[in-house]
Formats: sequence, structure tokens, C-alpha cells
Amino acid sequence: MRAQIEGSQAVAEAVVLCRPEVIAAYPISPQTHIVERLSRMVKQGDVGRCQYLNVESEFAALSVLIGASATGARTYTATTSQGLLFMAEAVYNAAGLGLPIVMTIANRAVGAPINIWNDHSDSMALRDAGWIQLYAETNQEAADLHIQAFRLAEELSCPVMVCMDGYILTHAFEPIDLPDQSAVDAFLPAFSPVQVLDPREPISIGAMVGPEAFTEVKYLAHLQHLRALTLLPDIADSFEGQFHRESGGLYRTYRMTDADTVVIALGSVIGTIKDAVDELRDEGIAIGCLKIGCYRPFPAVQLRAALEGISRVIVVEKDLAVGIGGIVSADVRMALNGLPIPVQTVIAGLGGRSISAQSLKQMVRDALAERLSEPYFLDLNMKVVDEELARRQEQRRAGPLAEQLIRAMNAVGTKVV
Amino acid sequence: MTTQRIKFYQTGTYTAGNRLLDDEARTVQSRLDRTNSLNSGHRACQGCGEALGARYAIDAAMQAAHKRLIAINATGCLEVFSSPYPESAWQIPWMHSLFGNAPAVASGVVAALRAKGRDDVMVVAQGGDGATVDIGFGCLSGMFERNDEVLYICYDNEAYMNTGVQRSGATPPFARTNTTQTVGDAPGNLLGTGKNVPLIAMAHGIPYVATASVADLHDLEAKVASAMSLQGARYIHIHVPCPLGWGSDPAHTIKVARMAVESGLFPLFEAQSGAVVNRTLIRRKVPVERCLELQTRFKHLFDPYRNEEAIAAIQAIADANITRYGLLG
Repeated sequence: MRAQIEGSQAVAEAVVLCRPEVIAAYPISPQTHIVERLSRMVKQGDVGRCQYLNVESEFAALSVLIGASATGARTYTATTSQGLLFMAEAVYNAAGLGLPIVMTIANRAVGAPINIWNDHSDSMALRDAGWIQLYAETNQEAADLHIQAFRLAEELSCPVMVCMDGYILTHAFEPIDLPDQSAVDAFLPAFSPVQVLDPREPISIGAMVGPEAFTEVKYLAHLQHLRALTLLPDIADSFEGQFHRESGGLYRTYRMTDADTVVIALGSVIGTIKDAVDELRDEGIAIGCLKIGCYRPFPAVQLRAALEGISRVIVVEKDLAVGIGGIVSADVRMALNGLPIPVQTVIAGLGGRSISAQSLKQMVRDALAERLSEPYFLDLNMKVVDEELARRQEQRRAGPLAEQLIRAMNAVGTKVV
Repeated sequence: MTTQRIKFYQTGTYTAGNRLLDDEARTVQSRLDRTNSLNSGHRACQGCGEALGARYAIDAAMQAAHKRLIAINATGCLEVFSSPYPESAWQIPWMHSLFGNAPAVASGVVAALRAKGRDDVMVVAQGGDGATVDIGFGCLSGMFERNDEVLYICYDNEAYMNTGVQRSGATPPFARTNTTQTVGDAPGNLLGTGKNVPLIAMAHGIPYVATASVADLHDLEAKVASAMSLQGARYIHIHVPCPLGWGSDPAHTIKVARMAVESGLFPLFEAQSGAVVNRTLIRRKVPVERCLELQTRFKHLFDPYRNEEAIAAIQAIADANITRYGLLG
């Protein structure tokens, strides 16, 4: 059924179509609309016997799901930013225990300075925790990815994060096609766990493992994770066969045939990048773009094959590895190792700063002219930076940097008299 | 001719031996159908109060749950000594997730059972005092306030023993630990610190809160049975001496625990919905020194000289407990 609804509502509806049995969540912007909708649907009896737990923290939310999943229930939560980091210990634990929990990340910056707007710092921080990470480009894809995520998680016994840009997607109203319950039931079989806590067959889960077997346990988890690289395209194909639209997969390309330059990105910014690509094509620049849909496991072999023969790659990423630069670009460089393809890192959209097609186009022109630093910070206000650096030269000042910067910029509502 | 001193069965324990009781009045542990939930062969230290307490508590819970029980364990001694891969001493469905999340994991198990329409299985969560009063306290309080169908059992040995005896929020004043050494102006743990989780649990208004001790295992079993007969969140706080951390003789585990009870340092009571409904009277009151002198963690209070001030402060705590709970009747 096609409806004009908010991204969060669409995700909540898609999750309900997956017949979850236990949901636990702790509110944090911009995830709240998803869990508010889910709690309402559970409370009014729309989700069978599903249990919704209002818990005291994100750490508790995921811990509840660890217990529930180990007892054989299909489980779901959503969080973002500080919440994801607060549950970090449980994030690793859920993956180590092989529990197929599905979690939406309404991507948001990580403080300090506290910032509720979108970037990918949160999920990137947990990229190596053993969860599969899928990134949605649109709200339609966000909804669809959840249906695929449960199937993927349960086939692999591995938890999955579905990452969607906070506000940009979660709070945007778009026409969304939500499938029928019967179609989802046909696509997603009932959860049948490999091991379950049950007095009828007592088992111990979560034993301590020493050096004699720890490496093997981790190696096997790595192999299992890599299986997603073959399973995910199959699931996306099967989804397309059943629901008649492309959603998910390892990566998607746009105008890449005959392209010399390729812009790589994750998430909703791909929409703007496609616009910029179209306009740059009109200027005669042979450019295309590639969306990474599955970031963990990282489709290194697949990307290498897709990018072979390209003369330049620009990775636009909404995160920053302080002290080195790009995160996604480092993985892309590894995938292209040995190929004569320069990779430019562009840090963009941090803390919700808009990424305009105009800035992207200028950045591409500058990249082609070899005018970009590495890494390059898109739309960095050098005036503010230089002034602050100059002030520091004059006087060593104590106190928080963010407040000083904002005061210097004379930003609205922050002036201290 | 050699002579042998005769030691009477359980001399000095004030407890009638099980063999003198009717079958029904015997402990779960002395019955032929006990479940050995925590089986022999685990790696607890000699004289471990926690292993003893857990064995009695979980077997009693199994009995009450008609052998349909799931246990969630926090990280700690009990977890480590019972489940070194590839072995497990647990004969019941058992899971360990993290140090600070056992109550939440247990809530999840309960939620899953409810979602699946299974009302025949009961859930316990357990951990040491570190997992309970410190790192897992947020999850514990959350489980309490939601009144989830979980019996949480805290085995209180008054410090982080698994990591090598560091101070916890349950460490008593003046006790030596490896982070409250007997140096400086105020040797040992500071007076006026620490938290009383049974009272905090009561403040949540949950259906059942009790304290128990390995000094009275029959009482411990009875409290587990009472807890298991009630709905909602329930809490039992069991005092379990740790010979390693307390510096007590492994043969004195029960004795040390008993002195803590008989001195008033560890009051035994039951509370329902926030109000104390029952307490165990002290049989023969002893001064706190009788308890302290059995443990080298308090040695600095007696050697090289008696720290009268400190001993009086500890006695005042015991006396306040006696007054608060009416332990002398």
C-alpha cells in the first residue's frame, strides 16, 4: 500500500510487518518517532503477543533483546549517537553471542559538542563490532531493508544495523510503498534459532573462552560475517522478485558506464550526489557515483571489480577519524590496493551541515584540478578556523572550544554578554 | 591407646540436623530429588560462600519452579568458576552476557517467554555485589520498577573478589581491600560510604525483598521458596563470606557468616511491598569483634593496637541494625 508517511512511521510499519516478538527501546532524538509508533502499535494489540519494554537505558534495551533473542524471540530496537555508544558493550556482546537482533540507527553526530543532527560518526564507531551494517538511501529503502535485515540476520545468526540518516530520512515525509502482511510472511520465514534457553534442553550460553580457542571463535565469526556478501545480493534479488523494486544489495551504481571519476558515499546524500552527477555530466565531466549499501561486511572484492578502470575515486563521508581523516576512504583504498586509482577523502555533512549539490560540484571540479587537500573538509569555514588559531597564538585560553567558536561567530542565541 | 575427640554433628550451629527432621521439613539440598543445578566439579575456592549460597538458592528455585527455570548470570566469580569453556557446571538453561546487564537480560527472557505464550518457565538472575550494587545497578533498578517477573539474587561477598579483592559499594567500613589499603590516616574502607541495596529494593515497592545468609541455609531456601511463590520483581541479598578476600579460614565460612548475623552486622529480614514483615531474631548476641577477628581484612583494627574508635563505630552500625529491625525481639 502506497502512503505519504514519515520515514520513522514507515520503518515502524515495516518492523511490525516482520512480526517482532520483543521490542525494547530508550528514547533519543531522532529515533523517537520510530519507537513511539511501535509502542502504540504493540499497546493497541496490532503486533500479536509482542512485548514492548520501556527500559532505563540503551544498554538495558539491547541487553533485554540479548535475553529475549537467546530465548528464541524475534527482537528489535532503535537508537542513535550517544545511545549507540552507551550500549556499545552490549553491541559487541550480541554479535559475539550470534544473536540475530535487528537495530535501526537513526544516524546522528556524537558529542561533545552535543549535536542532535545527522552524520555517520555513531555507526562508524561501532563498525567493527561484528554487526552487519546496511545504509539506506531513501525512506523506501529504509523500510525495505528492515524486512531484508531480519531474514539476513536469522539466516546468518548475526545481528544487523539498518542505518538511516537522522532527520533527513527519519523525519521526512515521502510516498512509501509498504508491502502486504502476506507478502512479507512469504519473504520472511518464522524465526527458528539454532540455540535457545529452554528447560526442556538445558544449555549454557556465554561461557568464558581462553586463548586456546578464542582466535578460532573469532575467525569463524569473521567467515560467517563474510557470508553476507553472497547472501545479501540473493536476498535483494529475491526481494526485488517479490516486491518489484530494487532495494538493498551490496552497492548500487549511477551513470558509471564510461565514467572517469566516481563519487562513493553512504546513505541519503547519494540523492544529492546523483543530482550533482547529472549537472556535472551536462558540463561534460565523465562522472558517476556508487552507493555502498552494505558497509559491514565490506564488499572489497566487489567494489574493486566495479571500479577497475576508473581514473579517480572521491569518497564523500559523513564521519571523521580524528587524527587520520577518512574511515570509508581507508576501506576503499584497501579495496583498490595496487590499482592506479587515486582516492580523495572528502569529509562532509558533520553534525548535520547541509551538503549542497553546488558544493559537491565545486569540490569535484577542484578534485579534477588537483586542488584538494587530503583529507578535504567540504564547506569548512576557514575564516572562523583561522581566527581561532590566531587567538590561540596570542593567548592561551582555557575553556571549551565549541563555546569560544560560537561566541566568535556571534551566532544567534549564543551570545554571552 | 589413642584417643579421639568426638565432634557432634553441627555442634554450635544452633540448627537441628536434617536427619532429625521429617522429610518435608528437610532442606531441598538434603532431598534425594535435589537437582544439583550447580553441579560439582566447578572451580570455586575452598570454603567459597558464593558457591554454597548459589547451590542452595538455585536448587530451591528449581524445586519451586518444578524444574522449569532459566538463570541469567552476571560476570563475576560465580560465572567464571562455573563455566570455563568447554565445561559448564550448570545443569539448567543458563546464560552469561555482561557484568552489568543480568537484570535486563533476565527481563528479556521473561518478555520472550510471554511473547511465546509460555507461562510454565520461571527466571532468576544472579550476580555478586559488584554486579548488583555497582555496575548493574541501573539495570537492576529498571527491572524492579517495571516489576518484571524476575527473582534477582545477589551473592554479597563485599568486594570485587574475581578481579582480586577491590572495594565495591558493598564493602563494609574499615575493611581492607586492594583499593582501600590499610595505609594513611583512615586505614581500610571509609566510614560513612556504601549502599544498602535491600533497602533500596524495598523503596521500589517490589513484592518481595529478603536478606539471607549461608549461616542459615534452611532459612535461605525458605526465602527462595517464598520469593518464587510471588509474582513480579523479587530480590534476595545473600551474605556469602569469601575466605580469599576476607582473610578468613575456609573452614570458618559458616562461622564468619553466623557471627555477622549474631552481631547484627548482617540483619536477616523479609519485606513485602516495601515493608518489613519478618526478621530473624538474634539467638545469642555477640560483639562485632567476634566477627571481625575472624577476618584479616580487619586485622589493622586489632594489631598493633586496638582501634577502639573504629570498633565502636562498627558496633554502632550493628546496634543500629538491631534497633531498626528489632533483632533482639
